[in-house]
Amino acid sequence: MKFVLPAVAATATLLSPVLAEARQVTFETTLKPYGGNGAYLVLYVTDAAGAYKGTLWMAGGKAKYYRHLSDWQRASGGRPAEIDGITGASVGSGKTLKITLDLADAMIDAGYKVHVDTAVEDGMDNPSEVVAPLAASASGKPLAGKGYVKSFTVTF
Amino acid sequence: MLRRLHGLPGIALALALAVTALTGAVLSVQPALDRAAAPAIPAAASVADLAAQVAARHPGVSAIRLRADGSLTAAFDDGDTRGVERIDPATGAGLGPYAVSETTRFFTNLHRSFLAGDAGRVAAAIGALAMLGVSVSGLMLLARRLGGAGALLRPIRGTPAQRWHGELGRLAAVGLIMSSLTGLWMWAGTFGLLPETTGANSAVAASGGAPAPVGTLTGLRAVKLKDLRELSFPDPSDPADVFTLVSAEGERLVDAATGATLALTPATALERISDLVRTLHTGRGAWLLGLLLGLAAAAVPVLGGTGLVLWLRRRGARPRIAANVPARMADTVILVGSEGNSTWGFAGTLHAALTAAGHKVHTAAMNDVTAAHLAAPRLLVLAATYGEGAPPQSAKHFLARLARLPGRPAVAVLGFGDRSFPHFCRFARAVADALEARGCPQLLPMKRIDRRSAQEFAQWGRDLGGALGHDLVLTHVAEPPKTMPLVLAGRELYGEAVGAPVAILRFQAPADPRTGAPGRLPTFEAGDLVGIVPPGDYMPRFYSLASSTRDGVLEICVRLRADGLCSTFLHELAPGASIDAFIRENPAFRPAKGRGPLILIGAGAGIGPLAGFVRANAAGRPVHLYWGGRSAASDFLYEHELAQHLAERRLTTLRTAFSRDPEGSAYVQDRIAADAPRLRELVKQGAQILVCGGRDMAEAVTRALEPVVRPLGLDLPALKSSGRYVEDVY
Repeated sequence: MKFVLPAVAATATLLSPVLAEARQVTFETTLKPYGGNGAYLVLYVTDAAGAYKGTLWMAGGKAKYYRHLSDWQRASGGRPAEIDGITGASVGSGKTLKITLDLADAMIDAGYKVHVDTAVEDGMDNPSEVVAPLAASASGKPLAGKGYVKSFTVTF
Repeated sequence: MLRRLHGLPGIALALALAVTALTGAVLSVQPALDRAAAPAIPAAASVADLAAQVAARHPGVSAIRLRADGSLTAAFDDGDTRGVERIDPATGAGLGPYAVSETTRFFTNLHRSFLAGDAGRVAAAIGALAMLGVSVSGLMLLARRLGGAGALLRPIRGTPAQRWHGELGRLAAVGLIMSSLTGLWMWAGTFGLLPETTGANSAVAASGGAPAPVGTLTGLRAVKLKDLRELSFPDPSDPADVFTLVSAEGERLVDAATGATLALTPATALERISDLVRTLHTGRGAWLLGLLLGLAAAAVPVLGGTGLVLWLRRRGARPRIAANVPARMADTVILVGSEGNSTWGFAGTLHAALTAAGHKVHTAAMNDVTAAHLAAPRLLVLAATYGEGAPPQSAKHFLARLARLPGRPAVAVLGFGDRSFPHFCRFARAVADALEARGCPQLLPMKRIDRRSAQEFAQWGRDLGGALGHDLVLTHVAEPPKTMPLVLAGRELYGEAVGAPVAILRFQAPADPRTGAPGRLPTFEAGDLVGIVPPGDYMPRFYSLASSTRDGVLEICVRLRADGLCSTFLHELAPGASIDAFIRENPAFRPAKGRGPLILIGAGAGIGPLAGFVRANAAGRPVHLYWGGRSAASDFLYEHELAQHLAERRLTTLRTAFSRDPEGSAYVQDRIAADAPRLRELVKQGAQILVCGGRDMAEAVTRALEPVVRPLGLDLPALKSSGRYVEDVY
């Protein structure tokens, strides 16, 4: 089930109060052709100290499976409010998830990191499979994950 | 109503239900295969031991799961190697990587969601609801047909489609109901409709000390391996992380350093039920149950196919009544009791005429009578009579249902029958009496129509119009039945010398005029009826068939009646001449299945179907034939054939009686009385009695048989209801 992504979407915790201080950031996640049911993915942000700041996107609709995204579950407490309004369908084998968000300027180049947790039914759970810096210098450079993520690219 | 609830969803969703059921049946084999393949779990092993063994081999182990299919797996990330591995429960050794086969995944997704994601899951749930409704309503319909819930296991009689549908249905119903209910529960769980307990208290404080060897942790030792669901290892980089052990008892958090149980959340009742539901639906952990459920599911396509055949036959059998108003809104209700379709035709004419006069009319079968019908101001009952005064096909349950319903509409009863029969319109009389006894005011006195006379029907229409206060013109044109041509191939004439001519006539389908290839006979068996429409008439006359399609010829025995239009026509037929005929099935008049003994009793032309049964007895079951004629020299029908059947053991004994025999006149009932001890023994062994012949003979035979069966504690009505005494009487 493909969904049309909003051009502008952000959680309450990450939305900048003044639009002029925000920038559009695109996150593109391509999965390996692992041959199984749709994968659950979650993208979330931690600060330089490693403290949880907020969730960018949850791909996967059934809350009973969120515990398999264990790092996110532990960091955010798995509270439904964290993903209210930013949930979509799970991502199929070999498919790409592309989301574009407005992020506050203050978050970029401040040592913040984007984590990607993945999990597949009857497969592996990969907490923090990809950890990418939210830095302009890393824009457009794809990172590979050790689990199901073939490439993860942050573009400013 | 119940039939509609059963049939419409069943047929509309037949294809989807077949897919869900067949994929379910395929998946049901998996638990049995898994059980054979998966290594057994040692009964006494504890989780701690196995965890230690696995941790020794994989320092980066993150989770150990005992899956529903019985396999034990470990997920690990050792840095350079990572993956999910199958584990031997006894030794902790690796058995290779874990992967669900592509085929199983495909079938599972097809079963759960028709390969269409969440929307497909919703469709599958709708299908499960429909399956539940169809199964329950099917059982109720079967109980009604067999005579109550207690009678559900009685033998099912009828056409092959009816038998298959009924037998498979009652075998599979329980399994299908269970699968639908458990499937719906699982669907509710997946869509978050069942209340879920949140994870264990995360405000638990781990001791934070150096991790102890896994095998020594008391919290893990406390749980047996066979109860394990999932053991999550703590994250090595986080000293505050704990072991999470989910097992049959619930969720237990265990400290990595001290081994103490920090929190224990017992499994809720809902979780236990969900576990049980999962086992009941998939058969995982109960492989025999899984296979049985799979068999029940495999019956669904056959049920759908036979159901479709039955539905089409019902629709085809009943003529359409145009502009049929719902019962609640009708001011006049017409209830029809019809054996063939002729009475329905009259009802259609009446319905159209009343509607044209401005009434709101609802027409239905008498069997379907409901309180709504009796609540209407006026009720018109059109009832044919079958045989000796028995109710026709569409009115069998009318009187019983009527007794349970309230309502006293104004009634007029119209009976259809044949004056030459002694009990002319007896059933219609019974209906009229029952309605009068309830206090229903009479619109018109009961009228009886002889041999579907259109003039008498029109006269009744004028009387009804008078009672209603307006003109009512009923011009009924009988619909001729669909016939096919048959050509006379051969004839044998008996009994002329004794004044009772009987002809054995053999017909074949006409050959193709262009190629000369022999034509195809319709499908029939000995015991069925052929309806022959003589030229110059529209009403068919029925004769019992003495042969089956596979004999390649349609054979009947016709007694010449002085004033019989059809019998005269048939007796005068020359070989090669053509007749118009159609087949009417008579599934009740058949030898019962199996190899139990048969007692065949007949007289005169009634020997036809009985000879057909003997001819078809290739299996050599015991068959005892009693037959009465007038003179052995003149009208001994099938004399040579029966002698041959005796030699071939298709016929065990033959007793004849001739009423004009110079040496001693006797009737067939005399032979029965003389053989009473032997017949009693046969009935005790479970013999079935089939009687074919005239009314008088049938009555005499009944009187002769009563004393035969009474010492066994049986009587003829009891034998009739269990299908062990069947009659074809004319």
